[in-house]
Amino acid sequence: MIKTDILIIGAGPTGLFAVFEAGLLKLKCHLIDALPQAGGQCTEIYPKKPIYDIPGFPEVLAGDLVTNLMKQIEPFQPGFTLGERAETIEKLDDGSFIVTTERGTKHHAPIVAIAGGLGSFEPRKPPIANISDFEDKGVEYIIRDPELYRNKKVIISGGGDSALDWSIFLTDVAKSVILVHRRNEFRGALDSVEKVQELKNLGKIELITPAEVVGLVGNNKLEEVVIKQGAEVFKLECDHFIPLFGLSPKLGPIADWGLEIEKNAIKVDNTLDYQTNIPGIYAIGDVNTYPGKLKLILCGFHEATLMCQSAYQRIFPDKRYVMKYTTVGGVEGFDGSKKEAPKAVIKSID
Amino acid sequence: MTDIKITIIDRQGVKHEVDAPTDMNMNLMEIVRSYELAPEGTIGICGGMAMCASCQCYVLSDHELPEMGYDEDLMLSEAFNVKENSRLGCQIFINESLDGLQIELAPES
Repeated sequence: MIKTDILIIGAGPTGLFAVFEAGLLKLKCHLIDALPQAGGQCTEIYPKKPIYDIPGFPEVLAGDLVTNLMKQIEPFQPGFTLGERAETIEKLDDGSFIVTTERGTKHHAPIVAIAGGLGSFEPRKPPIANISDFEDKGVEYIIRDPELYRNKKVIISGGGDSALDWSIFLTDVAKSVILVHRRNEFRGALDSVEKVQELKNLGKIELITPAEVVGLVGNNKLEEVVIKQGAEVFKLECDHFIPLFGLSPKLGPIADWGLEIEKNAIKVDNTLDYQTNIPGIYAIGDVNTYPGKLKLILCGFHEATLMCQSAYQRIFPDKRYVMKYTTVGGVEGFDGSKKEAPKAVIKSID
Repeated sequence: MTDIKITIIDRQGVKHEVDAPTDMNMNLMEIVRSYELAPEGTIGICGGMAMCASCQCYVLSDHELPEMGYDEDLMLSEAFNVKENSRLGCQIFINESLDGLQIELAPES
């Protein structure tokens, strides 16, 4: 069981900055994120895009913002459970919470702060009527263990990096790899496109373009896919069909935690501390809603800051505390590091 | 500055005629959001960077639209329910030449 003071669900910019504000109050944080790396949308969707409205930064790349935030919170030694989605929450008699991920990792904390953005990123599923019948029976949207495909006939569809990269990777594992894409052009990195071209020339990957997988056939297990290429429709035998069309955020299991939801977001008390209808659970950043809400990183930072002050009061109801400026108090890390403003040099004039 | 009229058919098939300002550098996706014609979180997920296709729409009128850019074209190559008249709403900016434009939102995917 992982124990912490504030359990943050979502390791995007808002969640990461909450670690800093909590650290100033000597509260430890642990973050859970469904993605395998920190940064949320900034890292997953637009790492190379510039952001122009972070106060004090005329321009910063989303990926660089995340790198800077990670550096800023380093002294506070946050824990991470990455690549796992927060699935269930249980409130204990003492008011604290246990949050369990879909892989069974348990986290215990007196405070839960949901900084889940638009939700956890889940694979986009192509609109094939019976696709759900074959999930884990030959259809996988995420490749968890490449060994599953050893000596199997694999059909991948998609035109982005993950479709190209996995096609390349699986040529060494699978019996055969066929890549189906709606266009002749691919959206992935140039290197990957060239590598696929090379493997195609060597006969290691078969490309079927422009074409689309439109149907699945099998008896309790995938046996064939139906492909439409122009006016022609044909079937191909295969063991696995892997549609790789990117990820899309979904609120997911959090929607069933008994929290008040409005407009696909969690309602919070914005006049006070961004607490939800369940005391001890806060929602900050893009995942929350209140009158006048704006989904901006800078608003998430503000919400994280107020949330931490309230969390401190909740954990230590009898302690008096006033907010200290970092310029005055410096930053004392849990790792023993200390940053502070240089002391003025006093010199007398003779 | 004048507003223009745009007709938007939402995902339930309901037709809405809305006023769209031409002076705020708004795009079609933002017009849909400003009138709350699709639930938040189901449209404009990437914020308007042509990186998610959640604002895909079908253009029903024969207005001359800005040419499709590279990003939009490639995003549509990976989107679902794409038709000949598919565009990403976030890449169509409102100007006076679009007065009377008619679009239909593509299904959520």
